[in-house]
Amino acid sequence: MRARMQGGGQGRTGLLMVAPAGVLLILFFFVPVALGFALSFTDARLISPKPLEFVGLENFQRLLDDPVFWTSLRNTLFFAAVIVPAQSGFALLLAVLVNVKMRGTNLFRMLYFVPVVTSIVVVSILWRFMYQPDGLVNSMLHWMTGNVVRVDWLNDTSTALPAIMFMSAWQAVGFHMVIWLAGLQTIPGELYEAAEIDGAGRWHQFRFITWPGLRSTRTFILVTITIAALSLFTQIHVMTGGGPLDATSTVVFQAVRVGYQQQQTAYASAISLVFFLLVLAVSLIQRWLTRERSA
Amino acid sequence: MRMSAKRTLRWGVAAALVAAAAACGSDNAGGSSGDSLTLWTHNAGNPQELAVVEQIAADWNAAHPDKKVTVRAFPQAAYNEAVVSAATAKKLPCILDTDAPTVPNWAYAGYLEPLDIPDDLLAKQLPSTVGKYQGKTYSVGYYEAALGLFARKSALTAAGVRVPTLEQPWTGAEFDQALQKVKAGGKYPITFDLGTGDTGTEWWTYGYSPFLQSFGGDLIDRTSYKSASGVLNGDKALAWATWMQGLVKKGYSPQKSSADAFADFVNGKSAMVWSGIWNSGSLSKVDDGVVLPPPDFGNGAKVGGGSWQWAVSSSCPDKATAMEYLRTSLTAKNMAAFAQKQNVIPASEEAAALVPGWQPGGEKRFFLDESKELAMVRPPTPGYPYLTTTFAKATQDIVAGGDPKQILDRAVAEIDRDLKSNDYYGF
Repeated sequence: MRARMQGGGQGRTGLLMVAPAGVLLILFFFVPVALGFALSFTDARLISPKPLEFVGLENFQRLLDDPVFWTSLRNTLFFAAVIVPAQSGFALLLAVLVNVKMRGTNLFRMLYFVPVVTSIVVVSILWRFMYQPDGLVNSMLHWMTGNVVRVDWLNDTSTALPAIMFMSAWQAVGFHMVIWLAGLQTIPGELYEAAEIDGAGRWHQFRFITWPGLRSTRTFILVTITIAALSLFTQIHVMTGGGPLDATSTVVFQAVRVGYQQQQTAYASAISLVFFLLVLAVSLIQRWLTRERSA
Repeated sequence: MRMSAKRTLRWGVAAALVAAAAACGSDNAGGSSGDSLTLWTHNAGNPQELAVVEQIAADWNAAHPDKKVTVRAFPQAAYNEAVVSAATAKKLPCILDTDAPTVPNWAYAGYLEPLDIPDDLLAKQLPSTVGKYQGKTYSVGYYEAALGLFARKSALTAAGVRVPTLEQPWTGAEFDQALQKVKAGGKYPITFDLGTGDTGTEWWTYGYSPFLQSFGGDLIDRTSYKSASGVLNGDKALAWATWMQGLVKKGYSPQKSSADAFADFVNGKSAMVWSGIWNSGSLSKVDDGVVLPPPDFGNGAKVGGGSWQWAVSSSCPDKATAMEYLRTSLTAKNMAAFAQKQNVIPASEEAAALVPGWQPGGEKRFFLDESKELAMVRPPTPGYPYLTTTFAKATQDIVAGGDPKQILDRAVAEIDRDLKSNDYYGF
C-alpha cells in the first residue's frame, strides 16, 4: 500500500514534469500533423470565403501530374544521396584529425564549428555573394586556373544544386564532426595501445577499433543527416528561389511556396504528407539496415 | 494511480491551454478597445512614411479626443502575414493599409468593408489609387508609384538614338535599335538592366507584366476574369516572352542582376535600367541621368499601377468613425506630406500643386503624367495571389532560358485550374 502510494506520487510528479513538453508536442506537432493529413483530402485555402469541401484524392492526382513536384523530388533525393555520405565522411575525417592530443586542436575544433553556430540565413546570403559571377569563388578559380573557368554558379541549371550542396556541407559539417568526436572519445585508449603492441598500423587501428567503436554514433549521424538533407529549404529560399528552371526546387520548398505564396493549403498539405511518408520510409529502412544483428 | 495520472495530465493540458489563451488575449490587437480605433500600417521600416501616418492620426486625435486612433506599425515583409493571421483570429484592426493588388483578395475573403466615401472626393484621385472590386470601392491611397526606364542621356546621344517622350515613346523596333547601338558603343558592361536580382515575387509581376500588356497580352482575360488562355499564351504573349529572353540571350541584360541594379546604373555599370520612382532620388547622382517611358510594343506603352492604399475592416465595431477618419484624411495637405517626405506621386492634382517639383513642368512631374496616361492596375481579382506567383515564376523561367511556349502553356493551365477550382472567384 505504502509502496503504491509512493509510486503514485512519483508518477504524478513525472507526468507533471513531462506535461510542458507534452503539451507543446501535442499543440505544435501532433495537431498540425493530424490537420495536415485531414486537409490534404480537402480543397482548403489560406484565404477564401468558400466552405471547406472534401475532394478525395484530387490533390494527390494533381501531384502525380505536376512536373515541378517530380523535379523537386528528384532534386531532394539527389541532394540527400550526395550530402549524406559526403558530409558524414568529411565530418569523420575532420573528427579523426582534431582528435589527436596536440597543441592547437581546440582552435581547429572551434574553427570548424563556427559555421554551425552562424545562422544559415546569414551563411546563405554570404555564399550567394561568393557564388556571383564576379564573386570570391570565381576570383579564386580564375587565379588558380588562369582565367579559364567562368561559371555563373547559381544561375546555371547544372551547377546551382551542386553549389548549394557544397555550401550546405561546409556549413553543417562541424556539427557532425563534434558528434563523431564524442563517439571517438568513448573508445578506450587501451584498445589502441594493445593494437599498437600487436603491430597494427594506422589503417588497421581505424578499421578494427575505431570503426566498430563508432557503431551507435554512426546510426545517429546517418539518420540526422538524412532527415536534415531531405528537408532542405532555407538555402534554396535565400539563394535561388528554386530556380533556375526548377533546378534547385525541393519538396519542402515547393510545399512552402504553394502553401503560403499561392495560398493552396490543401495542395501544400498533400505535398507535406508525401514528404512525411518519404522521410518515414527512409528512416525505417535505415533503422532496419543498421539494426542490432544477433551474431 | 492510473486515474490520478490521467487527471494530472488533464489538468496539465487545461492549465497550459488557459495560459496560452491568456497570453493571446492579453495582446489585444483588436479593432477597437474602449473608445479608440486601431490602425495598422506596413511601414515600420520606413520612418519618413510612418511619421506622416502618425501625424495624420495625431491631427485626428486632437480633433476627436473621444475617438482616438492608435497607430501600430509592422515591417513590410511581415505585414500581409500579420493581417491574414489577425483576420483568421478575428482580430483585425479597424483601419489598415493594403497593397493594391491584394485588395480584391481580402475583399472577397470578407476582411474589408466597401468604403463610404463620396464620389466627388474619389474623382479627384489618380484612378489607380482607388482600389475597386466588383464595382465597389474598398481602398484608397494617398500616393502612387510608377516605373521608369532610367538612362544616361550621353549613352543615347553617343549612340545616335532619339530620346523618347511620353507623347512619343520608343517603338519596339526603335528600342531594339537603341539597345544594339548602345551595346556596340562598348562603354557599358550592361546595356539595359532589367533588374532581375529581386528574389521576391511582386517585382516580377509589377515590373514585367506592363511589357506583356504593351505587347498585347495580359495575366488574365479581363473581359471575363475566367481564363488566362489566349492572353498569357497567345502569339502576343509569346512575342513578349521571346523578347524578354532575347534581352538576356543577346547580352543586353544579365540573367540575374545584382541585388541593387540601380546602384550599378549610378556607378556606370549600365547605360539603362528598368526601375521605379522609389529610386528617382538617386538619379541626381548621375550627371546626365534621365527617366524615360517604357517602349510601346504595339498596344501602347504601359507601367504598373497601384501602390499602398487604405481600407476599413469588416469586423470594425465602429465603421462609421473609421470611414470618417479616411474621408477627412484624404486632403491635399496630407497627400502632399507623403510626396514631400519620399519619392512617391501625390494622389491628386491639388496635392501635386502643393509640392515643389510636382506642378506641371516640374522636375518630378514626369511620373504623375506617366501614371495618369500609362498606368494599368494589376488584375483586380481575388485570384491575384495565384496569378502573380504563377506569372512571376513563369517569367523567372523564361529569363533563365526555358522554352517560352511550354512555360506559358503550363502557367495558363495552372491559372485556369485554380480559377475553376475556386468557382472563378465569384466572377
